[in-house]
Amino acid sequence: MSTATAPVGPGVGSDHLAHVADPTTAAPRRGESGRHGIRKPLGVLARIVLCLVFGLPLLFMFVSSFKPDLQIFGDLGSWKAFLPVGDISTDNYTGVFGRVPFAQFMTNSVIITVVTVVLGIVVNSMAAFALSRIGFRGAGAVLGIILATLIVPFETLALPLLWWSNKLPFLGPDGFTEGWLDTYQVQIVPFIANAFSIFLFYQYFDSIPKELDEAAKVDGAGWWRIYRNIVMPLSGPAVATVAILTFLPMWNQYLWPLMAVQTEELRPVMVGIDYFKQLNTSWGQIMAYASMITAPVLILFVAFQRSFINSIASSGVKG
Amino acid sequence: MKLTTTKRVAVGLLAAALPLSMAACTKGGSSSSGGAGGELTMWTHNAGNKAELAAITNIVNDYNKSQTKYKVKIQAFPQDSYNQSVVAAAASKKLPCILDIDGPNVPNWAWAGYLAPLDGLDAALSKYLPTVLGKWDNKTYSYGYYDVALVMVTRKTILDKYGIRVPTVDQPWTKDEFTAALKKIKASGDFANPLDIATSFTGEWWPYAYSPMLQSFGGDLINRDGYKTAEGSLNGPKAVEWATWFRSLVTDGLVPLKSGADPAKDFINGKSAILYNGTWTAVDTRKAFGKDTLFLPPPDLGNGPKIGGGSWQWGISQNCSDQAGALDYMKFAAQDKYVASVARDTNNIPATDAAAAQVKGYEKGGENQVFLDYAKKFAVLRPVTPGYPFIATEFTKTAQDILNGADPKTALDQAVKDIDANQKSNGYFQ
Repeated sequence: MSTATAPVGPGVGSDHLAHVADPTTAAPRRGESGRHGIRKPLGVLARIVLCLVFGLPLLFMFVSSFKPDLQIFGDLGSWKAFLPVGDISTDNYTGVFGRVPFAQFMTNSVIITVVTVVLGIVVNSMAAFALSRIGFRGAGAVLGIILATLIVPFETLALPLLWWSNKLPFLGPDGFTEGWLDTYQVQIVPFIANAFSIFLFYQYFDSIPKELDEAAKVDGAGWWRIYRNIVMPLSGPAVATVAILTFLPMWNQYLWPLMAVQTEELRPVMVGIDYFKQLNTSWGQIMAYASMITAPVLILFVAFQRSFINSIASSGVKG
Repeated sequence: MKLTTTKRVAVGLLAAALPLSMAACTKGGSSSSGGAGGELTMWTHNAGNKAELAAITNIVNDYNKSQTKYKVKIQAFPQDSYNQSVVAAAASKKLPCILDIDGPNVPNWAWAGYLAPLDGLDAALSKYLPTVLGKWDNKTYSYGYYDVALVMVTRKTILDKYGIRVPTVDQPWTKDEFTAALKKIKASGDFANPLDIATSFTGEWWPYAYSPMLQSFGGDLINRDGYKTAEGSLNGPKAVEWATWFRSLVTDGLVPLKSGADPAKDFINGKSAILYNGTWTAVDTRKAFGKDTLFLPPPDLGNGPKIGGGSWQWGISQNCSDQAGALDYMKFAAQDKYVASVARDTNNIPATDAAAAQVKGYEKGGENQVFLDYAKKFAVLRPVTPGYPFIATEFTKTAQDILNGADPKTALDQAVKDIDANQKSNGYFQ
């Protein structure tokens, strides 16, 4: 720690030295207090601006969800766009329920997201554990290949993946069937293994002292026990980060369900927003629907805000 | 053993995920394809469009009740992503037996092998408007229940206020008259931009709405004689004249460079004096202004007024295992009473005269008769070539560049070069 910032104020040390100019306690030089004085309000101002930039669109969406279409457009260009004024009603919400099977879409998204997040944590942490702790020959090359897949955009994989999904066998209640299209599993399984999640776990596991493994081995623990009882319990921040980073894209899935799902009963929430884009678009209903599908994400974020920030910050520092 | 909070959460989530994943993997199943066991699967772009979906469902219910051999099952998709869903299904050979198609895409989907011709329906379809039939290579692949028309929507009180003549089908505005009218409204200072041509719309709107203006100048998207080149059609003097005029609408402040998200609602809110849009705006604008609303023909920019033709149409897929069943449904559904019911419920132009007589507003002297007149007199089909989707994309990009200030001749030359290369690289879709 730098000593230059140690607090040595008046009354500290001998009285006779109290008047001696100390670099840390001396009166600020000309202009310094001004800079200091300006910096704080500027910081506050910057935060306010950032809050507005991120908050106003959400506020606009929520407020507009209670207004008729013509009023939404009439209010644009004034602060009224952000205020619940004028002809306020819940008609748009009623309209949403009349137009899309909202509960079904929401249930589908919850199932797809929760299953992918949980299985993703298990599978990717195991892969990272093997690469980081077991130290088999070629582990570095395997990790390199996994990381190389990060540069391949999903759009380039979509068609081959669709082709394969259509050919894969599946053992279900009806016995063996061919083709996974138009099922839940086609929306889940391709997204469980994730190169970035493996990388995050790998980084985190690498920072846990290997001596813990040695000690456990001496006590007779195998790799499974080390993974389950030592490494995973110490990896809370990595688990949280991977959970968040898997949750958001899965909740926002749009392209893949469009391609792989044909039945309305299996569609997730994001595809549902297309139901409102007609020649005469219902903007109020779009805002109501968007508010309803954003709410779970916002509530989740507000509830776990501290853990989210801590986990992302700690993982970032490790990098 | 005492569990920590982290462990409890992890165990809880895993416990929740496993039954969910089991349930997830057992739910769902096959849909699409169709044809098996007398079931004919039908796809439509109408999810979220209650009126049209209900009209189609009525036809299907009538058909299912009328016989016992086949049962049509509807699967509705949202319009905005419908084409992607169809293309993906075609790639995995999961197309349904019956599907609807946006008119200009028919030649491409027929050429790509998605669609089968509607053999044996020629007599039934001879009474349909030519713009609602999807044809390619001398075969008919689809028919639609309705067409839509492009119109200039305004209010009589606005035209009266500025002393502007109300144009008619027989005497539309000339280019000079139209430009002078816009400049007069602009000069009043009442409107920042007197005309809104909906430049904020994306996708097919650009070729649908703005290529008729090009055609009204005397140009075209491609030379329709063999569809081998756009040279001279899209970059000839008439096309350059169109592009220069199109750009001047923005530079003269007559049209906003980028319209609002919903130009019809902006028009109703008094933001523009004239709206260039489709007949689908008629219900809302009439609701707002009643008899003051005018639906005018587009101006004659030199080669007569032009509007785009062709809307959503129905066809059958090549991989339907029961083509006879699908054709049987298509014959049944082509009756005038169904054309009338779909057009009525969707407020669109009925595809046959007999149906038009049954739909209020389209009878002789009815308030919507002008829409039918415009469709009959001014509609131009978009180029009937499998290369159309490429041409449409290229035209959209070029028109956007021109509006944003690109040199018209250079931009059009580049478009011609790209379109010609695409047609050639596909062997001219022979």
